[in-house]
Amino acid sequence: MGVDIHVENLNAWYGKTHTLKDVTLHIPANQATALIGPSGCGKSTFVRCLNRMHETNPIARAEGTVRMGELDIYKDASPVEIRRRVGMVFQRPNPFPTMSIYDNVASGLKLNGFRKRKVLDEVVERSLKLSALWDEVKDDLKKKSGASLSGGQQQRLCIARALAVDPEVLLMDEPASALDPISTAKIEDLIFQLKSEYTIVIVTHNMQQAARVAEKTGFFLMGGLVEFDTTHKIFTNPSDKRTEDYITGRFG
Amino acid sequence: MRIKFQQNLDELKERLLVMAGLVEQAIQRATEAYSTRDLGLCELVIRSEPAINRMEREIDQAAMDLLAMEQPMAVDLRFILAVIRINADLERVGDSAVSIALRVQQMGMFANGEIPVDIPELALLAAAMVRKALQAFIEGDADLAQSVLLLDDQVDQMNRDAFRSIGQLIGEKPEMAPQALHALIISRNLERVGDHATNIAEDVIFWVRGRDVRHGAHMHEETPVEE
Repeated sequence: MGVDIHVENLNAWYGKTHTLKDVTLHIPANQATALIGPSGCGKSTFVRCLNRMHETNPIARAEGTVRMGELDIYKDASPVEIRRRVGMVFQRPNPFPTMSIYDNVASGLKLNGFRKRKVLDEVVERSLKLSALWDEVKDDLKKKSGASLSGGQQQRLCIARALAVDPEVLLMDEPASALDPISTAKIEDLIFQLKSEYTIVIVTHNMQQAARVAEKTGFFLMGGLVEFDTTHKIFTNPSDKRTEDYITGRFG
Repeated sequence: MRIKFQQNLDELKERLLVMAGLVEQAIQRATEAYSTRDLGLCELVIRSEPAINRMEREIDQAAMDLLAMEQPMAVDLRFILAVIRINADLERVGDSAVSIALRVQQMGMFANGEIPVDIPELALLAAAMVRKALQAFIEGDADLAQSVLLLDDQVDQMNRDAFRSIGQLIGEKPEMAPQALHALIISRNLERVGDHATNIAEDVIFWVRGRDVRHGAHMHEETPVEE
């Protein structure tokens, strides 16, 4: 099941550049939360702080509190443990190109020491079904490589790979921006279905997509969270002029 | 900045104002025709209806195109929705003008008699409501729009008074019944014009403040929150 995420006074830096400024918000469990804002506004940095990926860059650091359920991810757990609990999907599908479809999905479990064939088979099937890819690949699981799939299928394979380790949170950084409209619709349907089991945070430049998939939306600007509210409120009657200017295209 | 989209929104507003001009002229001519029994004016009002109807269709189409092609959000979305609703209300005001003109034509067949209803006064008030509501739309002025809502009660009261007076007249002078009933229907049409002006004002408030005040919604809130 998904967990609530409570973020308090989160700040992040790349070297001396203050990229995330004192962000506080509550991401509800088992809902999709969209983060929007112009390029460089801090939304991707924000999600990378949610799975401690931000700190993998040697010049980067973060301060503040991020609690997932009862767990303070910067105090109570290692980055490896956090990344098992928080799956991430990126803009460009990045399957392991030489691995089979099966091995792509099973890779996370194998890294964590799972070897039992029966367990792996079950997890691979469940994950591919959750990512709505099973029917398309079930006959070629070990015959075809991840790279042989279409772009949309590769992205769903990456989602299956993220789900295989049974996370509580799924972070999606522009997951459909490189996909055609049909593949995009499949990813959006998937987000809708996965909400019941996971907490989903999606970064997107596509505001219609945010409006379609998310219950809550946050607008970032210059490293700060300007407004965080229901998606309905943000897209029909935002409280902050800067939000309105951004979503109506009046920036610049 | 979405320059083309902004231009399209400006054009949509201009088109609606052109239509509003036609409608205002129709209602003014129709009520003047009542006072002067000028059948030529009645004819002009009736002949203006196809142009108003055509504009209604064109504005709807332009608004639908913008919704489909530009997928507007927030204040732009509310503006286009307001335009679609105002468009429909203006067309109905045009229908009321035609209805009044037709009644005046028929009244011309009867001898002039004293009708105890101040139609010109009612017409003045209803037309003022339309003017104010449109001014609020032109200026995006929600406070001005709010002031229109208060006038509707006066128009409603004048229409109720007309109903009572005309009922009394028909009882006392049955030979006046045909004229009196025409006057009553004109009064009713003007009351509806007031209702449409109220709708337009509510749509302006929705556009500017993002609040749906139709049917008394938000009436019990303390102070309006300005954005």
